[in-house]
Amino acid sequence: MMYGYAWDLTTPLTYAASILPILLIGLTVTLQAAAAGFALALVLGLAFALLRRSRIKAVALATAFVVEFLRDTPLLVQLFFLYYVLPDYGITLPAFLTGVIALGLQYSAYTSEVYRGGIEAIPRGQWEAATALNMTRWQTYRDIVIPQMVPRIVPTMGNYLVAMLKETPVLSVVTVLEMLGLANMIGERTFEYLVPLSMVGIIFLLLTLICSAGIHRLEKVLPKAGIPLR
Amino acid sequence: MNKVLAQQPDAASAAATPVIEFRGVTKRFGALTVLDDFNFAVAPGEKVTLIGPSGSGKSTVLRILMTLEPFQEGQLTLAGIPYHEPHGKGPFRASDRHLHQIRSHVGMVFQSFNLFPHMSVLRNVTEAPVAVLGLSRAEAECRAIDLLRMVGLADKKDHYPAQLSGGQQQRVAIARALAMRPRVLLFDEPTSALDPQLVGEVLGVIRNLASEHDLTMLLVTHEMRFAREVSDRVCFFDKGRIVEEGEPERIFTAPAEPRTREFLQSVLG
Repeated sequence: MMYGYAWDLTTPLTYAASILPILLIGLTVTLQAAAAGFALALVLGLAFALLRRSRIKAVALATAFVVEFLRDTPLLVQLFFLYYVLPDYGITLPAFLTGVIALGLQYSAYTSEVYRGGIEAIPRGQWEAATALNMTRWQTYRDIVIPQMVPRIVPTMGNYLVAMLKETPVLSVVTVLEMLGLANMIGERTFEYLVPLSMVGIIFLLLTLICSAGIHRLEKVLPKAGIPLR
Repeated sequence: MNKVLAQQPDAASAAATPVIEFRGVTKRFGALTVLDDFNFAVAPGEKVTLIGPSGSGKSTVLRILMTLEPFQEGQLTLAGIPYHEPHGKGPFRASDRHLHQIRSHVGMVFQSFNLFPHMSVLRNVTEAPVAVLGLSRAEAECRAIDLLRMVGLADKKDHYPAQLSGGQQQRVAIARALAMRPRVLLFDEPTSALDPQLVGEVLGVIRNLASEHDLTMLLVTHEMRFAREVSDRVCFFDKGRIVEEGEPERIFTAPAEPRTREFLQSVLG
């Protein structure tokens, strides 16, 4: 019995049907964590990419260091650090929020590299035209560079979204009750792991397939030359 | 005359004060000296063409004026404003604000057009007037349509650059530059990237512009017949210096310098 749903172990099928509602509750947590984490990664990654291009050397260097650090340390270490070490310094965050921040931070390091590549791929002539029109650096990013970069980075960003989605089970180690964690608990109580774990695998497969199809669709819909943001 | 007053667009002093003045400007790319102790002045409303072999520094002159390239030594003023600030920092030795002020007087048309591919023609021409000059979209569009009509492309306002020919793109780029109302307009080989049959339409637009008296124009071009037609003065460039300059008729018919003669022979055939 979990979340008010009792399992029925008569046959594998009845077992599967009886625990599906529990796993779907876990799925909503998985989706929320991935959505929030990815949104954070997209925003923070762009901030890192822009700061790394700052004309102030110290800012650019410090950002490069932070990005490199985030990228080169395991997600699990960052997660444990946020969850177990920060409370010693008076910062206690809820498990779910900790998970979202850890995912967002780690993936922001990846997305910042994608943004960087995207920005560098914009021809120099576009920057020069913007300068000749007396646009500021910020206006150039906002109106010229970022709008043209978006269609180019969608496929790679899509890959990272799928990768992050598949990594959300890591959050179960800090007690976030997402789908895999719940399946594991069901297994512990029923001594029957095959069905719940297979179901989690299948649900993840379906999720990533849907995501990939969505990204592919987005690639097709977005104008290749870019989209004005304003 | 008082220095502060000299910066005002005073009609009486305008004729006497050059709008562009290079004094001993030296520009280096690493070990390579592109402009060497360069002196050059342009009067308000003057149309000047720079000719010469590639790599001679002609385009660099325009790029320095547009603040796309810094220079190391000497002085440069535009509409009385010096490019370097007394305590200016960075390669341009000027603050962003100061560069912004300089750029408000000058516009540029590029060899490769550099239109914004993600924006319609109308948006290309209105973007900076709205973002930089603070015009309302309606007002900017009204002006943009006038300019597009002038370059003969009002009917293409909703097209995207990729849907236009090179010649049409360059005409849009000219309208886009004019929308910022510069006093000085720089043309960096505006027809070099065009198919031969499209050159004429762009030159036609520039020719019409040249008949406007207040706009100061500085052109780098390989179209010698055109240079002869539209310019008040032609400057022959070689190795970072002006070797010879004068009225187009004289330069093209009776060049004094052997290097000018050689160059003209090689390009005119």
